[in-house]
Amino acid sequence: MLSAPHLNYALLAPILIILGAALLGVLVEAFISKALRSRLQIGISLIAVIAAFIQLIRVRNLTSTSAAVGSVAIDGAGIYIQLIILALAFVGLLYIADTDNFTAQASAIPGSTEEASSIAAGSQQTEVFPLTLFAIAGMMLFPIATDLITLFVALEVLSLPLYLMSGLSRRRRLLSQEAALKYFLLGAFSSAFFLFGAAFLYGYSGSLSLNGIADGVHSSGANSVFLLIGIIFLSVGLLFKVGAVPFHSWTPDVYQGAPTPITGFMAACTKAAAFGAMLRIFYVGFNDVQWDWKPIISAIAVITMVFGAIAAIVQRDVKRTLAFSSITHAGFILIAVVALSKNGLAAALFYFISYGFATLGAFGIVTLVRDSSGEITDLNRWSGLGKRSPLVASAFSLFMLSFGGIPLTAGFIGKFSVFTASYESGNINLVVFGVLTSAVALFFYLKIVLMIFFGESRSDTLTVVIPSILTRVAISICVIVTILLGVYPSLIFNSLQTFATFLH
Amino acid sequence: MKNILTVLELLPLFGVIALWLTPKENTKLIKQTAVAASLLTLVESFIAVWNFDIKFKGFQLVESYNWISAFHIKYAVGVDAISLTLILLTTILVPIVFIAGWHESEDGRFSPKTFYVLMLVLETMMIGVFAATDVFLFYVIFEAMLIPVYFLIAGYGRGERAAAALKFLLYSLFGGLLMLSAVIGIYIISTNQGVGTFDVNELSKLTIDQSTQNWLFLGFFIAFAIKAPLWPFHTWLPGAAKSATAGTSTLLLGILDKVGTYGMIRFCLTLFPGATKTFAPWIITLAVISILYGAILAIGQKDINSMIAFTSISHFGFITLGIFALTSQGISGATFYMINHGFSTAALFLTAGWIVKRRGSSQIADLGGLQRVVPVLAWSFFIAGLSALALPGLSSFVSEFLVLIGSFSQYPVATIFATTGIVLAALYVLLVVQRALHGEVKSGNESMVDLNLREKLAIAPVIALLVFLGFYPKPVLHPLNVATSTVMSQIGVTDPIAKADK
Repeated sequence: MLSAPHLNYALLAPILIILGAALLGVLVEAFISKALRSRLQIGISLIAVIAAFIQLIRVRNLTSTSAAVGSVAIDGAGIYIQLIILALAFVGLLYIADTDNFTAQASAIPGSTEEASSIAAGSQQTEVFPLTLFAIAGMMLFPIATDLITLFVALEVLSLPLYLMSGLSRRRRLLSQEAALKYFLLGAFSSAFFLFGAAFLYGYSGSLSLNGIADGVHSSGANSVFLLIGIIFLSVGLLFKVGAVPFHSWTPDVYQGAPTPITGFMAACTKAAAFGAMLRIFYVGFNDVQWDWKPIISAIAVITMVFGAIAAIVQRDVKRTLAFSSITHAGFILIAVVALSKNGLAAALFYFISYGFATLGAFGIVTLVRDSSGEITDLNRWSGLGKRSPLVASAFSLFMLSFGGIPLTAGFIGKFSVFTASYESGNINLVVFGVLTSAVALFFYLKIVLMIFFGESRSDTLTVVIPSILTRVAISICVIVTILLGVYPSLIFNSLQTFATFLH
Repeated sequence: MKNILTVLELLPLFGVIALWLTPKENTKLIKQTAVAASLLTLVESFIAVWNFDIKFKGFQLVESYNWISAFHIKYAVGVDAISLTLILLTTILVPIVFIAGWHESEDGRFSPKTFYVLMLVLETMMIGVFAATDVFLFYVIFEAMLIPVYFLIAGYGRGERAAAALKFLLYSLFGGLLMLSAVIGIYIISTNQGVGTFDVNELSKLTIDQSTQNWLFLGFFIAFAIKAPLWPFHTWLPGAAKSATAGTSTLLLGILDKVGTYGMIRFCLTLFPGATKTFAPWIITLAVISILYGAILAIGQKDINSMIAFTSISHFGFITLGIFALTSQGISGATFYMINHGFSTAALFLTAGWIVKRRGSSQIADLGGLQRVVPVLAWSFFIAGLSALALPGLSSFVSEFLVLIGSFSQYPVATIFATTGIVLAALYVLLVVQRALHGEVKSGNESMVDLNLREKLAIAPVIALLVFLGFYPKPVLHPLNVATSTVMSQIGVTDPIAKADK
């Protein structure tokens, strides 16, 4: 006789709200007329994200490991990461609302008459909104999942919509479709690694839950090689998602090919979700075998930082530059993972915010710089942008300075807290590498600022489109967050002191 | 009156807000607003001096508020005589730069309004960096103030300005990052010892083992040596000085670079006394190389602004020599030197700037016979030059003399080498004076116009101060001596007593 599992709906409500809204979105696609769809979808998505956010705030002090039969842990850090994801997703949705970036009909072959006629008919692929909501739900589940099966399900729920969304670009569609296919194939590959690792961990400890694996470290009589294989393969799956070297090769192509609003959303939110899960897995599950995995992850952190920074220098395309910059930042967050302390966790969470908003802001500006054939992503043609449009150029420079970690921007505080946590845990080498990489990274960030403000204007066809109200709001939010948290980071850190903990 | 220092920091920012409200086209009103804001700041700095107690040891006019409590970071400011004199130098030079370079803002890449906004933001930061007694606060301003300077050089300069600005920024940021790791390091040590603070007084009480001290010391020192600029970290300076406007150069070399030497005293010496003693002989060597290298290269310069930049490298060598001699004459001489160098560099850059502006060329070879055409300008440049070569009767003589006395007792050989720098200084100054001011009036110079009233008003106070402090240095030197003795006792060194044997 099976008894129904007990679910704590209040704690699961934020995810359920998002999933419900996603399903509602699917129904809207089916039943509502074309003319209304787009506005309705935007409204539903934004309201759902806000509602989920409010519900999370309401339950912020309730913690539980049994909300869903032990497969998720609602704890301070989990709630915090979910809040961050929702806040970033909100800004992301404001960009996605500008449907001009998406193809009229994804199924039409690029260049075909079918495509032309659907453009002429004014069709819109508004499915992007429910897809985004599904991805958000997966992202929210990923960092609170405490068993390997739930983790895997969450990973797939967040990934599958993203594969599709990457292929929806309106212009340069072949590039976009190639990016989607590449992302899908490599993503599937990395999921397989993840599953393989999960199987080994189960074989070693006889348990799928992170706590069970942690206990298994002490009590299991099995050969610890299985544990190591499990950790390594599981890590490969996660490192792929965060874009760490050497599992990064999809990042530049996908960032370049995907529609820019999607790239921004993906870069900011996926990173927070995947690192959130990674932090939980390493802090809760693998804490007692830290001497086995720390050297490996430290090495990957160093390679990731250094490679990302050096590769970014030679990029010509602004989206590819930002992709390599995101790889570098993944390296910095890995330093916080290796710190393996409460301060390390707090630093990582802060970094999600500072990096996430700067990334969304930067990609938002990329959507504004265009010529007749769409966005201009060739950096050389951005030269002299400061003269044409000082406000947009200043905002972009602010995000670059924040990425580079110049004081009085949020990025600096993020770096400072990561380095401090790492130093505190005795990983001084990582701090030294981090500092040196920052210097290299600064070079290309500043080069971009220099080019924007002091380069000669070469492109007559370049225009900075007047942003829609939603895009304007989104970029303003990013600017405000970047400055505010740079000047007064206590706004976040005071709450992090109570929230940056994982329940075991 | 409470919060004197915070008000002092905020006044230029109020000027920024006022500028923001003035219409962009009304250039004259913008300039007047900027000057008014800087003069108001000057008045406030006099109030700070009025409330300053010379005899008191330690920081005064202190304020402290929690800023980022998660890391025990405070907004903490306070001054001793060393920082107060540097703040005063700042508040005096900024209005002078505004008045002297009335048209500097006009042919830039950005609007005049942006120029004054950047300048006033820079003034706030310069005051803040000297007033900060929290290491983190100091670091934040130390790095953040590079950004306005970067835009001032690249936006309003001449020639290869963008490249020069980028080089300046990258060098400084690199040094800053090294310092950041040292700042984090000392914070972690304080946490491990149960204090958890960035307060410079608290940090100076920590006990740090020698090898850790050495690393942290280097983290701070290299950042300051790049800023100051000491040989071999100086290579960014000549380019920046050549490209920047006269006003920007004045603030860059006259004040900003002092943050380097000031930082050496405030942080390297007091936080890491052990490491200071270990590295002092090496740093003295670098200082002497700087003195000679800067002087010799100054002689060979064809561009008048690069020449001034190289003389500054030489002078910063003297300052560093005085600091790391670790004697009270040396350190108080060095602190006094910082002030004098500020004024004499200002005089040099501003007069050179006028010459360049009138002649349309910064090549020394293009000048000649200026004495006959523009006597007042030529005389001003001449006096500025004499102050650079530390002529007795001008204030720089007093400080250079003190530095040399202070270092001789500890490092006689180095001091003798340093003394030859004085001879070289006479050479580079007098050669330029001869080529530019005397001789035939070269073609192109005949129609130059002499200083107008505004320019005379700008240069007069600088020259007056150079002369006044040359004859009567006590008002500045006495408080500096008090502050120096505090620093000396913090490091735990005493002056060598002259040996009694014959």
